[in-house]
Formats: sequence, C-alpha cells, structure tokens
Amino acid sequence: MKNVLHHRRTWAWPYLLFLVLLVVLPLCLIGIYAFTDMDGEFTLKNFVMFFNKSEAVNTLIYSIAIAMITTIICLLLGYPAAYIMAMKSFRTPEVMALLFILPMWINFLLRTIATVELFHMLNLPLGEGALLFGMTYDFLPFMIYPIYNTLQKMDLSLIEAARDLGANRFQVFTKVILPLSVPGIYSGIVMVFMPTVSTFAISELLTLNKITLFGSLIQRSFGEGGITMWNYGAALSLLMLIIIGATSFFGNQDEASENMVR
Amino acid sequence: MKSDYIIEVNHVFKQFEDGQYALRDVSLKVKKGEFVTILGPSGCGKTTLLRCIAGFQVASEGDILLNGEDMTDLPANKRPVNTVFQKYALFPHLNVFDNVAFGLKLRGVEKEEMVRRVRKSLKMVSMSDYEYRHVDSLSGGQQQRVAIARAIINEPEVLLLDEPLSALDRKMRADMQLELREMHKKLGITFIYVTHDQEEALTLSDRVVIMREGRIQQIGSPTDVYNEPQNCFVANFIGESNILDAMMVRDELVHFCDRDFACVDKGFGEQTEVDVVIRPEDWYIGRVENVPQDKKGGEMTKSTPWQLIGEVQTCIFKGVHYEMTVMTDNGYEMVVQDYQQFVPGTKVGLLVKPEDIQVMKKERLCNEEEATVLPGNQVEMLGEKWDITERASERFEAGEKARAEFDFNRVNLQDDEEDGVLSGEVHFILYKGNHYHLTIRTDDGDDIYVDTNDIWDVGDRVGIRVAPSWIRLYKTNIEAEAKK
Repeated sequence: MKNVLHHRRTWAWPYLLFLVLLVVLPLCLIGIYAFTDMDGEFTLKNFVMFFNKSEAVNTLIYSIAIAMITTIICLLLGYPAAYIMAMKSFRTPEVMALLFILPMWINFLLRTIATVELFHMLNLPLGEGALLFGMTYDFLPFMIYPIYNTLQKMDLSLIEAARDLGANRFQVFTKVILPLSVPGIYSGIVMVFMPTVSTFAISELLTLNKITLFGSLIQRSFGEGGITMWNYGAALSLLMLIIIGATSFFGNQDEASENMVR
Repeated sequence: MKSDYIIEVNHVFKQFEDGQYALRDVSLKVKKGEFVTILGPSGCGKTTLLRCIAGFQVASEGDILLNGEDMTDLPANKRPVNTVFQKYALFPHLNVFDNVAFGLKLRGVEKEEMVRRVRKSLKMVSMSDYEYRHVDSLSGGQQQRVAIARAIINEPEVLLLDEPLSALDRKMRADMQLELREMHKKLGITFIYVTHDQEEALTLSDRVVIMREGRIQQIGSPTDVYNEPQNCFVANFIGESNILDAMMVRDELVHFCDRDFACVDKGFGEQTEVDVVIRPEDWYIGRVENVPQDKKGGEMTKSTPWQLIGEVQTCIFKGVHYEMTVMTDNGYEMVVQDYQQFVPGTKVGLLVKPEDIQVMKKERLCNEEEATVLPGNQVEMLGEKWDITERASERFEAGEKARAEFDFNRVNLQDDEEDGVLSGEVHFILYKGNHYHLTIRTDDGDDIYVDTNDIWDVGDRVGIRVAPSWIRLYKTNIEAEAKK
C-alpha cells in the first residue's frame, strides 16, 4: 500500500480545513446573519434599516469618495514615480524601489500613530486633510508597484519603434507607454481602493474619531460599548463585500484582456 | 549640396559608458537605391552602427550624413529613415491596421488617404486580409511582414533592417529573403540590412560590409568578398576556406605546402610572407594513379603533375557535393569539395588553378610590443615583468624604452594560468592546414598571437610564457627605421 503522505492531495487537506474554517464558514455566517433578525428569522430588515438611515448611506458614499480621492492622489503621485524608476533614469532603480517599500516593513498602525504625532509636532490640524495624507502615505506603494512592474517589463524597442515612426517624446508616452501600462494602473487602483474603502483604524486615529467611515460603522455594530447589532453589521459587511467584489471583478476583467494581449 | 551618396558615415566612433568601443573609425558610403548588408559575428558593432544611423544612439565621434546633410544630432523621429526591428516591435495594444497606420496618424494624414496607403502597404507584404487581426494572433513571419509594412508606409529614403529574419525558421527565412529582394526592387529605396548570416548577406545584397570588433574589415560585392577576401578573418567568416601560411617568391609565384604554385597576384614584393586562401571547391581532386584532367576538359594538360598528394581522411555527403578532408603527404590538412566521392583511405592528388589562389597580405609577422628595459635582465611589457637574456639587455640603459618582438610559434601556452607570466583567454582560432593560429586576449585587453599544434577552445583560460632567448629587443626609433 502506498504511503498516504506520498500523495500530493494529502498535503492539501490542512489548507482546505483552513479555508473552510476561516474563509467559507465566516462568509456563510455573514450571509446568514445579514438576512436574519435577532431571533434567527429570515428578514430584509437589516438592509431596509441601512437604506432608511440617511446618515449611514451618506457614510457609505463619503467612504467611497474618500477612497476614490486617495486612489486618484496615489495614481497621480505613483505613476511618475514608477515611470522614473522603470525608465532607468536612476542608476539604481532597486534602491529607489526599496526606499518606497521600506515603510511597509513597519506595522501600518504604528505608522499611523507616528503620522498623528507628526501632525501634532507641526501644529497641523487632524481631520479630513490628515486622513487623506495618512491613507496616501500608507497605500502609495501598492500603486507604485504594479505600475512599475508593467513598465519595467515593457519592451524598450516599442518606444524606439514609435520614435522611429516619427513620434516625439510626448507622443511616445501618450500613444505607447500609457496605453501599455493600463493593466498596471488597474491593478494599482484595485489594490489601493479596496483597503481604503473599508479602512477604520486610520480614520479614527487621524481624525480623532470626528469622521466616521463605513469601516468604523461596521466595527461599531459589533459590540463596541455594549451595543450588539450583529445582524445589522453583517448586512453592512455584505454590502461592502459587494462593492469590493465589483471593483476586483473590474480589475480581473482587465487582467483577462491583458492575458489575451500577450 | 546634394551628394552622390544617400548615407555617408564618416569616421564614426562609438564608446559606451563602460569605456568599451563598439565602433572604431567606421566609414561607409551608401548609394541611393543600394542594398547594403552589414555582416559580422555577434558583438562586432553592426547593430550599433545601424542604431547610430537610425538615431537611437549617438556617435561619440565622427558624423553621419544623409543626402550630404549632417544628421548626427537629429533625433530619431526627425530622420527620414525607418527601421524593421529584430523582434518586430509591433504595438501589442493595436491591431494590424493601427500598427501600420501609426506613422501616418502621427503626421495627421487624412482618413481616406490613410486607409488607401495602409491597404497599399499591406498589399506590398501580402497581408491584405489581416487588417483587423490582433498582432499577437499572427505567426512570426506574418508579424515581420506587418513590421515591414509599418516601416515603409512613411516612404522613408532608407529602410534599416536589424536582423529581421533571425527569429524565423529556416524555410520561412528563405521565402522572406526572396520577398525582401523583390520588395527592394519594387520600392526602389535604399536598404541597409544587418545580419550575422553570411549566406543571407551573399544572397541579398549589392554590397556586403564585413565588420569585426567595431572595425570594418572589407566592403565589396558578394563575389568580391567571397573570391577576394582581404584578410584571414573575412576568408574564414565567409564560406569555407583553407587558409595557409605562404611566401610570395616573386610576382605570380607563391610558395606554400613545401612547393611553388603559380598564381595571378602581384605587387607583394619578393620573399614576402603572406596568407593564401583556397576555397574547398577550387581544389581539383582525383585518384593519384589517374592523370588529372580539367573539369571542362581544357587547360590542365595531361602532362600536369599533381601539385599535392595525400590521403582522404573523412568524407561527408553535403547534399550536392561531398566534403572531404585530405591529409597531404607533407602534413597539411586540406578541405576539398567535389561532386565525386572519394572514400577515406583513397590516395588522391590535388590541383589548384592559379586564379583560384587568393593571396592576402599578412596583418603582422610577429608579436610586437612596447617595452621598458629594467635592471637585472628584465623588461616590463604588457604590464608584467619578463626575463630576457643578458645579450639583449646589455645594449639598453635601465628605464629605456624599447620595442620587443617575439614570434608566434615561440609563445608557450600553459593550461594553468598561474604558470604564465601573463594570463588571458583564447579569443579567436584560425586553422592553417598544419597548425592553429590563436589570438589570445590578455586580461588588460591586449592581443597576443600564437602558432601552436595544441588544440584549444575559444574561451579557454591560459597562462602565457615566452622563453628569454626568444624576446628580441630593438631601439625604439633608429633601429626600427633602419629595419624598414
């Protein structure tokens, strides 16, 4: 008889268990809680409650807006950085890449607390501005990296071909480099937008709890200060999952088309 | 001022950031409508030269003229030349039509005109039905056709082709070669074509430029470079050849393989050391007991004795002909091609016609180096200290500059580079019938030439020694001139 340890499938069991216990089961629980009331009866009350509370809906819209603004700022700052690194204007692009990634070695909560201290030190007010600054600072590397990767992999002879056919530097950028870096831009957008739309700790720290984001709203439904609204919280989580799912689906679509191109 | 030449490259040097020279004093004139091929092994600078003409690289020295006007500093997008790239470089985000139309769109050509010209261009490369196909769904050959259509649509004065067929398989390459030739005729524009494939160069071009290590070795028509190579490198690189050390006895008489041969070359002087090239197909071979007869039944009379006698060592069938190696009875190995088969062991005789012996001037007769005489019977040469004989050193003061010479066959190569005074790498090997002529590149980039019977491979690390008695020293000025 063959030893079971020799089967590759045997080794997948622990991971399957992990996935079932920590991913599938919680997802099912969210689903069940979202569509039931405290007594376990089926209901749509949780969603109705959310859409009837204009305050809650506004928080969602505001969160999405903040996430979008952060994403746009990251894109505007990140693209040139990635471009400069990829185009070898620097002798050692690796060093620059390392410097961008270095802050990520430190836990983001610590970095956020440090940002708060920085604002105190400079006598700057905490609030929306600080929130945007903090989130951009935290998520910028997630924008730079995918763009840097696509640009770096780009065949330099394409740029030469465009020059050869009469394109000036600006036209080379708009007609060749930019369209070809679109897959990287999409990945960057998804990677920044997804975590920013659901953030809560950063917003609480950087706005002194003045601004409530959708993430905070969910967090508060789960027993903070004794209020337990698990069913409502689960409904909010489900809504967020749908939003994130939609964005990543958008991204995947593009990856698919990119694969088709290659 | 209009010039007779569409492209003139004048004394161009290209030095890269690491200090290496990719081009050294390259000069080339290309006539309008010509098909010129730049041929050479990888790393010879052929692509760099093309890129300098295209404007992707700027020459460090020298200038490049187009129609007599300097375009050395003109950026690539303003030059009336277009390039076909080795790996096609088609834009993956555009379809075939948009790729071809790219250059026209940049110039703002009207839609109708654009469509007409794109169709015409695609028709030229027989890709009419592929307009809206995605470029990645095309085969390599089709992609290269699109790349050519894209490059000719701007109606450039010169089309530059950078090894355009190297990524294609053999059959496809042969087809494309014919088509390129046709296209060149139809378009009437100048083609400058880069390749490492000598067969391709000979088939396609009006003129071939052979390059090696950044320098032009020879420029000539395909028949010129094949029949009259100017040096051993060209002879060895283009086609197969027997290259031998020889001595020009006087005009029209050359001595090699221990006997005199009539030849047609003159002007080398008397008793001058030269190299000769004999193409394998130029040897006339026959059984030694048979009286030689001319293939056409002419010139070689029945009274002509065999010039060389030997034994067939190997015989390979090459499709149309057989290729045999013959070891002559005086110890020279000769490659011979004939339609007739001679099995190994056959005693054969060899003959060559005077006009089929190509005589070439030797680039050098021995190793010559600058040296500084040191006290204690030593010289400093090539950055190392070498022992010399007392007899050689006594005529010099310590610290005096001198010219040192040592013969090719007096250089001793050591397996272990530690055993040499100097270490280096085998850089180039030339077989000369009964010995190898090696170029050893030292770690400082100097070349030392060695004649040896030992077999080495390119890239082998070796130690270099020269026995003290074989190093000759000459006073730098007076003696050198007296010698001349």
